[in-house]
Amino acid sequence: MDSTTFFANLAAPGFDQLFVTLKALLVSAFPEVIQPLVSIVLSISAIIAVFGLLFAITTVVERKGLGRIQNRPGPNRVGLPWFHVGPLSHLNGFGQWLADGIKTLIKEDIVPRSADKVIHFLAPLSLVVPVLLAFSVLPFGRNMTPIELDAGLLFFFAVGAGTELSVFMAGWSSRNKYSLLGAMRALAQMLSYEIPLILSALTAVMLVGTLSLNDIVVAQEAKPGQWLANWHVFTPWGFAGFILFLIAATAESNRSPFDIPEGESEIIAGYYIEYSGFKFAIFFLGEYFGLFAMSGLAITLFLGGWTAPIAFLSFIPSWMWFFGKLFALIALFIWLRGTLPRVRMDQLMNFAWKFMLPLALINLVNVAVWHYTGGGMVSWVVCTLIIGIPYLLLGRTLFAGQKLGPRTYRYAS
Amino acid sequence: MDAIFAIIAALTVVSAAGAMFLRNLVHCALCLAVTFGGLALLYLKLGAQFVGFAQVLVYVGAVAILILFAILLTRSGQDDGHNLLSNKWWLGAGVAGAVFVTLAMCVQGSFVTGNRIPAAADPSVKAIGTALMSNYVLPLEVIALLLTAALIGAVIIAQKEKETGK
Amino acid sequence: MNELNGYLLLSALLFAIGLAGALTRRNAIIVLIGIELMLNAANLNFIAFWRYGPNPEALTGVMFAIFSIAIAAAEAAVGLALIIAIHRHFKTTDVGRVDRMKG
Repeated sequence: MDSTTFFANLAAPGFDQLFVTLKALLVSAFPEVIQPLVSIVLSISAIIAVFGLLFAITTVVERKGLGRIQNRPGPNRVGLPWFHVGPLSHLNGFGQWLADGIKTLIKEDIVPRSADKVIHFLAPLSLVVPVLLAFSVLPFGRNMTPIELDAGLLFFFAVGAGTELSVFMAGWSSRNKYSLLGAMRALAQMLSYEIPLILSALTAVMLVGTLSLNDIVVAQEAKPGQWLANWHVFTPWGFAGFILFLIAATAESNRSPFDIPEGESEIIAGYYIEYSGFKFAIFFLGEYFGLFAMSGLAITLFLGGWTAPIAFLSFIPSWMWFFGKLFALIALFIWLRGTLPRVRMDQLMNFAWKFMLPLALINLVNVAVWHYTGGGMVSWVVCTLIIGIPYLLLGRTLFAGQKLGPRTYRYAS
Repeated sequence: MDAIFAIIAALTVVSAAGAMFLRNLVHCALCLAVTFGGLALLYLKLGAQFVGFAQVLVYVGAVAILILFAILLTRSGQDDGHNLLSNKWWLGAGVAGAVFVTLAMCVQGSFVTGNRIPAAADPSVKAIGTALMSNYVLPLEVIALLLTAALIGAVIIAQKEKETGK
Repeated sequence: MNELNGYLLLSALLFAIGLAGALTRRNAIIVLIGIELMLNAANLNFIAFWRYGPNPEALTGVMFAIFSIAIAAAEAAVGLALIIAIHRHFKTTDVGRVDRMKG
């Protein structure tokens, strides 16, 4: 593109299309025949670079955040290189990801003698590759979806299903009883929570009428003349669906409070006991990438993707909104991890099948009622009752038979 | 014949052969998952996007894991002392070979495969949804009943029998 | 060779491999894997004919394939439940040994 359109796009609503124009500029510098290839390679490198950096920052922020929740400082020794400008700017602790990265790279890679070598090698790969594929359909900003697919949501869930095989491969190939047990539990948990995940995602699809993720985001933008955007989370069925989706996403990524498969005090490290060094780092990376992908999907379906909540604020670029919401959701997950205790395996399965599945099905009916009664005051009251009454009834009756003692609180002095 | 089809077809056939004739059961099941993936790639090449993604979601994500669970629950991977193939295995192999030769002769000699190739249709998900709800709504409801019956039946069959205290 | 020829021959080959495995192996689970492979080969046939046949707008092949995938999943679930129940009773999954009707 020529320089006038380039600068016009650059100045267009506040750097919104900055990355799109940069990429178009870079692609046009190559000959015609390999331009599609160059375009895809640029998208892939951008995704890996951005989310790799986000992964590194998240590990440090999580350890420091968990530390503060548990009344301790967290890592505060390793600082960033070249950052010692004055007495207060050491930023100690924020270089921990560099130290951890170097440590995992130089650790010895131990493979058990009786392990199944081919499957043991392929398991970490088959975790990371599907998760990276899942990033390619998320809309990161206006016109910034790496691959625009008509059936984008179906593609996302299909490659999510590919990660379950890797859990089994890791657990079985290690020839370790605890490893296999952890893998079976993790698989049962992932399969059970996949159903409420997909059902709660279907409510947004039913209302908008398309599986394409970019169209779902565009449908949540504020119409001209409205001051508040049409985010799905601002409706009763959307709020319930968002909460259900977040709980199911926490269980799908094996994060606390659903981290029985990798609970350190229970089963050591679950299905990746026998992995060390770089392969362990790849598993760790794959889990966090899965968390980012699920958060990205929650933002797209319920929180309005790259749209601003109030129409006045749309001068802030769209990709900045998306990543801001992503940071907020990651902070929410870290907060959940530090606050809630681990759930037992049978409690976990009961919760999925007897509580979340009926609520997700009732939510589907809810969104249909919302659509057919317009969207005004009456719809609000009716839909809140439709989802609220079963929630209260199920909550009271399912967990009624448990005898719980009085709570005691102990604080660190 | 273009190269991409040849590569995907070779991958699919090799992993299918591995799925049928490897000694270790878990390797068989994982080769089967690779075969399903290869078939999904072929569906994508033929332009059926929805079927390709549904194939990965249902077959790789559910059926392959179901087979792996069954292998683990029956511990079949551990009694490998016996023969791999049954007695008179040459009879089964002969029948399969005859079937392939018959089908190949039909395909080569048919007039259908020489017809003009129409333009590629690009079915949107909306078109598939509309077709499911208008022309194919009866099979859809019957499939719903079938899946419910299969679900309940599988749970009942695989349950441990309750002791009847005789 | 026409493109449709290639897909049909591939589907026939996959069907023959599935049939050979289902007829020659001793383990019941491998027999079930063979059956799934045969169903998949038939699906490939449906989609190939849908693409290269007349009138692809009617979506007949795609519909057939979708319903076939759903039915195959249900059948795999029931078949594996049966194999688990048989194993619990006979303590083996060898199809050569499960040869008595009397329990």
